[in-house]
Amino acid sequence: MKKSVFVGAFAATALVAGMAQAQMLQSIQDRGELNCGVSTGLAGFSAPDANGVWQGFDVAVCRAVAAAILDDAMAVNFVPTTGQTRFSALASGEVDMLARNTTWTFTRDIDLRLTFVGVNYYDGQGFMVSRDLGVSSATELDGATVCIQTGTTTELNLADYFRANGMNYEPVPIETNAEAQQQYLAGACDVYTTDVSGLAATRASFESPDAHVILPEVISKEPLGPVVRDGDKEWEGIVRWTLFALVAAEELGITSANVAELAQGTDNPEVNRLLGSEGEFGSMLGLESDWAVRAISAGGNYGEIFAANIGDQTPIGLARGLNALWTQGGLQYAMPFR
Amino acid sequence: MSTSTDQRYTKVEHKKSFQLSMLLYDQRYRSITIQVFFLFMLMLGAAWLIDNTVNNLRALGKDFSFAFLNNPAGYDINQRPVEYNSQMTHGRAALVGFLNTMILAVMACVLATVLGVVAGVLRLSNNWIVGRLMTVYVEVFRNIPTLLWILIFGAIMTEAMPAPSAFRGDTPAASMIFNESVAITNRGVYIPAIMFARDLGSLQVGPVAPSISWLLVIVIIAAGIWANKLLIAHATRVQNATGVRPKTWWKSILILFGPIILFFIALGAHLDYPELRGFNFAGGTHLRNSLIAMWLGLGIYTGAFIAEIVRAGILAINKGQTEAAYALGLQPGKTMRLVILPQALRVIIPPLISNYLNITKNTSLGLAVGYMDLRSTLGGITINQTGRELEGMMLMMLIYLAISLTISGVLNVYNSRVKLKER
Amino acid sequence: MSNIESQTIAFVRDTMIPEQAPPLTEAGAIKWLRENLFSGWFNSTLTLLSLAIIWWSLAAIGPWLVNTVWNAGSLSECRRILDGTGGACFAVINDRWHQLLFGFYPSHLYWRPVLALVLLFVALAPILFTGLPRKLLVFSALYPFIGYHLLWGGSIWLPISALLGFVAGGIAFILVRKVNGLAAVFAAVLAPVFWWLFLAGPFDSAMSSVLPLGLDFVRSDRFGGFLISLVIGVTGISLSLPLGILLALGRQSDMVFVKSVCVIFIEFIRGVPLITLLFTASLLLNYFLPPGTSFDLILRVIIMVTLFAAAYMAEVIRGGLAALPKGQYEAADALGLDYWKAQRLIIMPQALKISIPGIVNTFIGLFKDTTLVVFIGLLDPIGLSNAIRASTDWQGIYWELFIFIGALFFIFCFGISRYSMYLERKLKTDHK
Repeated sequence: MKKSVFVGAFAATALVAGMAQAQMLQSIQDRGELNCGVSTGLAGFSAPDANGVWQGFDVAVCRAVAAAILDDAMAVNFVPTTGQTRFSALASGEVDMLARNTTWTFTRDIDLRLTFVGVNYYDGQGFMVSRDLGVSSATELDGATVCIQTGTTTELNLADYFRANGMNYEPVPIETNAEAQQQYLAGACDVYTTDVSGLAATRASFESPDAHVILPEVISKEPLGPVVRDGDKEWEGIVRWTLFALVAAEELGITSANVAELAQGTDNPEVNRLLGSEGEFGSMLGLESDWAVRAISAGGNYGEIFAANIGDQTPIGLARGLNALWTQGGLQYAMPFR
Repeated sequence: MSTSTDQRYTKVEHKKSFQLSMLLYDQRYRSITIQVFFLFMLMLGAAWLIDNTVNNLRALGKDFSFAFLNNPAGYDINQRPVEYNSQMTHGRAALVGFLNTMILAVMACVLATVLGVVAGVLRLSNNWIVGRLMTVYVEVFRNIPTLLWILIFGAIMTEAMPAPSAFRGDTPAASMIFNESVAITNRGVYIPAIMFARDLGSLQVGPVAPSISWLLVIVIIAAGIWANKLLIAHATRVQNATGVRPKTWWKSILILFGPIILFFIALGAHLDYPELRGFNFAGGTHLRNSLIAMWLGLGIYTGAFIAEIVRAGILAINKGQTEAAYALGLQPGKTMRLVILPQALRVIIPPLISNYLNITKNTSLGLAVGYMDLRSTLGGITINQTGRELEGMMLMMLIYLAISLTISGVLNVYNSRVKLKER
Repeated sequence: MSNIESQTIAFVRDTMIPEQAPPLTEAGAIKWLRENLFSGWFNSTLTLLSLAIIWWSLAAIGPWLVNTVWNAGSLSECRRILDGTGGACFAVINDRWHQLLFGFYPSHLYWRPVLALVLLFVALAPILFTGLPRKLLVFSALYPFIGYHLLWGGSIWLPISALLGFVAGGIAFILVRKVNGLAAVFAAVLAPVFWWLFLAGPFDSAMSSVLPLGLDFVRSDRFGGFLISLVIGVTGISLSLPLGILLALGRQSDMVFVKSVCVIFIEFIRGVPLITLLFTASLLLNYFLPPGTSFDLILRVIIMVTLFAAAYMAEVIRGGLAALPKGQYEAADALGLDYWKAQRLIIMPQALKISIPGIVNTFIGLFKDTTLVVFIGLLDPIGLSNAIRASTDWQGIYWELFIFIGALFFIFCFGISRYSMYLERKLKTDHK
């Protein structure tokens, strides 16, 4: 437990240092496991279930990527990260990718040298208040005490919103979502603010969800998506196009049920290109030709993942809204597989 | 290892010219060899670390610069000892955090000292039940982590206190105490604040703007204490000369309290009471939950340590000292004040100050209950929003180091002043 | 004589009067009460006040504790069982105690940490109790490797190959010592380093392929709860002891340069809060290491905690060194012992003995401070209490978890501090 740990560590250090020179894809394949950074626990998006198996909407993205490159959706090592540690975990190579409701912003993309590969959930920041407070609009919140999760974009949005509307508020910064819920339920703050999806997930876990209302105002754009480090185009491409494959699969009517059958070859050339029965898209990514089939079989297409984890049939109960396909009035739009 | 003997030996017996092997085997040169080797290894290590850092920063495309301190912070801070809003800079936010750290540290030190002295003395009391009670206090608080105490006090404040809405209505579930002047809610404690009707404005000193009125209050109090000291010294001189000590107590009271009362009246001082308005109480001074939880958590926890220090300090004084004092005819009170305490303090103060140091360092646990100290502002939100971990963390460590070194500097000065001058 | 007596004294009692009971106020419970509780108005007030405090706390907590629910699946079920009466819901402990103790360590392997803890006491016994046979010290020396293997598992050859490094060092020292003393020290340092860097890996893999022995490997991220506190605390303190001794000696050294480096290191570490060091471990360490290096967070934390504890340890040992009479140093010199021999045979045994209470206090402090790892995302007991409260079942539960965690910490720390007091009394060899 003492010195041998160091020995092991330095051996591992030398090993890892050597591997980092190789490409990400190669190192993940050698390791046989994808290191995926997720949030420490947000129902519906990423949380371990009773058996310790991670489940959720963000988790499904990791599983799809793992399936695409390792042919095993369970070969993912989930690293829980907090709002504070997530970017350094990514920068240090502790995780290969982040799938952790992270907002795509200018400074993160440019200044922090991260690469957002796409948007898997279009969100916005909202407010939740207790119903008996009798508040129906965020503009009535002057002087309110607001619980916020610190280390996120929400506290910046909040400051901007109240300033722009000439209102005062009392921020109560809190480290974790769980603690913020506690404080809100105990009445230590009037308002809880975070992404609308997070509010819905939080409200769903309350004993009496009907006693709380989510106010209509959405005060910010929060495009949430998977993030990788700058500098490895191949790896970036794999994560990006795995995400697109999931969305495209929904567009093209490919589901986890029929993907095996469609992979045999269809009349639709785009389906064939996506599923690898036509063209060499897999090898261009450095993967096998059935990479997209594996990714889609892991948890289904985008729509299936949405429905299974956060859709209106689940306790979270989120409507597709902005996250419907572009053909159905939403913003989810996969770049063409051509 | 006493080098003087070695040197004498070498001088007398081995008058050899310098040989290379002497670098290893001669005590005179060996230490140089070792030091050079040590220095070499150290510089190698440092160069390796710096080289890695430079490479890593370049790989990440980051530079090493503190310019981010001048960018707008963009976040709000609830407890602001100086003026601050979200449009001000990260540097300003760090200043607010620093002041919050110091406010908390001073409050907790005062509480810990009071509790510690009381508990330490009472633990030695003949009163069986009081002694046992204090033992329980000391042992329970000493052996449970301070972070847990902070969380427990935080939970007590949020879970067990009434919400502001409970104060509303014709038959409120909760009511203010002390003649409608103090409200204890689950968002913190609201106490009356002293306001001046004819405020003197504020003074701009660098980045902070302290109120002139309050500065004057401090000056007047300090002057009063100094004048009182002079008065007592004069009385002692008179006593030494004539053997009769002039009565000074009424003069003391006049000097200590007269000017300050006059000053308050002149500026129209009055109390501003908190009252329920909108979502929350308004007016008065708002001691937030986070502050209260940190204050009680750190204060009561460290108080248990100080109690042990005080007890050990008093026990360390030889019983003969008390007996000698009694033999001289001193009363018990005077014995304590003139004989025991001055000696006990010599034992008590050094560990006491190092406990103050611990309190100051432990204020960095503030984030656990959302207290916006230096660690939560500069070391938390700022680092997070700007991605400047290296610079932010270094700056924060330097500030904590400066505080600690100042406190231990005070300790060293004290130690050298009270050092027993043995003849 | 008797004549005179019989004349002057009319009556001589030849039997003793039976002892009379003392006045009611000077005996038994009442006397005790008078002397101990009501000996003056001040004392009486204090007594009444204390009684009030005790009564008040019992009244507040007693019924709540008495009405405890031990079996329920969730907080709402608990509340249903309680049916409106105030009562504790220790069902949460019943439900989750294994998580609070072991984190996510695989439940069928719980015997391993438990065995490691038991063996820890076995390994400590010969160090703490001088009455035991000295042979047992061999086991203490081997314990780090056994403990590591029990906790993490994996191939048995990894700890063995690490252990062989020390053996290599020892052999090199013995071989070279015949040639040159100083060179032997160098050889003893270089041989294990050489072994670990170049030979340990091949040896490990070769032996693993020939004879694949070992336990199931458990990843560090499965560690949590008190297990993680103990691993960090015990490892940190045992590694910091040698480091602290070196630092303390360095601080006392005549060599200006060595001394100033030691002073700067000690003062720096003692001047900053532990939490900033932990953040350095989790956020900054990757800046200081070669690009792409990343290793286990627990290991990074252990390194930082070791450095932290070493600075405090150095100050404790320096106190011990300072308390030694100067005559001891001079006597060692007079015997012609060189520096290291003098330290090993004369100075350190005495200085360490004086420092034992300080060392134990540092350990207790460090053990309590392991709770700070919650800030960097490790799941220590407090982190797990947050995780438990985040689950839908136990949302809103506070006190029961805090009481359980606090009680465990209390038992552990109180026990150690009592032991240290016993040891202090036992080792006291006052020459006064």
